[in-house]
Amino acid sequence: MSVTKGVCPLTMRQIVDEYFIENRTKLLDIAAFLDRIERSSDQEDPSKDFRLRVFRKALDILSEDGQSRVLRMQMLLSDPTTAPRTVLDQKSAKGAWDDQEAAR
Amino acid sequence: MRYIEMHAHMVSRTTDDYERMALTGCVAVSEPAFWAGWDRSTPEGFEDYFRQLTEFEPKRAQQYHIQHYTWLCLNPKEGDDRKLATEVVKRIPKYLDRPGVLGIGEIGVNRITLNEIETFKDHVQLAVDHNQMILIHTPHLEDKYKGTKIIVDNLLKFQKLDPSRVLVDHAEEHTIDMILSNGFHTGLTLYPNTKVSAQRAVDLVEMYGTERICVASACDWGPSVPVALPYFMMEMRRRKHPESLIDTMVYRNPAAFLEQSPKFMLPGEAQPAAVPAAK
Ligand SMILES: [Zn+2]
Repeated sequence: MSVTKGVCPLTMRQIVDEYFIENRTKLLDIAAFLDRIERSSDQEDPSKDFRLRVFRKALDILSEDGQSRVLRMQMLLSDPTTAPRTVLDQKSAKGAWDDQEAAR
Repeated sequence: MRYIEMHAHMVSRTTDDYERMALTGCVAVSEPAFWAGWDRSTPEGFEDYFRQLTEFEPKRAQQYHIQHYTWLCLNPKEGDDRKLATEVVKRIPKYLDRPGVLGIGEIGVNRITLNEIETFKDHVQLAVDHNQMILIHTPHLEDKYKGTKIIVDNLLKFQKLDPSRVLVDHAEEHTIDMILSNGFHTGLTLYPNTKVSAQRAVDLVEMYGTERICVASACDWGPSVPVALPYFMMEMRRRKHPESLIDTMVYRNPAAFLEQSPKFMLPGEAQPAAVPAAK
């Protein structure tokens, strides 16, 4: 038994019926997250944080048409460099690539 | 419904978790060696861990009629310490003949340092020298794409390595193609926040088919769900995928990969399963 590659067995209407409410919730969570940042106690400029700069670009991908939004989103969030680090900086990843890491 | 948990760090789970897994149909678990969340200070510390994985943990699993298998290594999070890694790699062979040991894992890279890559290559050479299967960890979040590429590129340099005996785990949308197209098996790991959700895992099955893809909880000491596979099965049903396809993903695919080790036996088998020819 195999799947038809690239096809979800549900119709468009079934996918929307099944998943609309939970994805509506995710949209509202993102909107509330961005509002929360604007209510921050120090009123710091969000564009100073590399993660939020990437987040803004990710929102653009959501509203674009075309091939695999998730793939483009993954690449946007990835380190695009190819050379190994010469020294270990920290054990944990940060969630987005810091485009100013190399400059420091 | 029956399932095989391909990747679970049971040493950091409670006995209640074994019970929940057994109640939801888990018949076997494969446990790779990993990072404890803090660095071990000595090679002897690793030997104690290897004894835990090969002596104590199988007994705990057996209480719930779950077969326990394991993979040994020094994990990528500690791989930057070359002195420690070299010493631990020397000590692994004496554990390889133990009954539940299927191979070397989970090895790989973490922050993709030069040292981590050397430690990774030492482990691959160890596996080649001892004809062991390999289970590979790929890095987290922004490091995943770069790390997976470096891992795959390095694996391809080992000419004696049979890719069908290697599973490159924690694949996501941007890494699955490079893993499968080079002949390796892959795993999708279901995490609440990082890695893939059950929905995205089913999306990937719909996009890439079922061949050489396993699904696992990869549960450990962090936020993770030891019964994530039943949630994956539920998501498959939500999409109207047939039960036979679900069985392929959660039972037959992991069995097909693990059976390449003569030590792996499906539940109820008196004799070790035959080793299938490499594809
Ligand atoms: Zn793991």
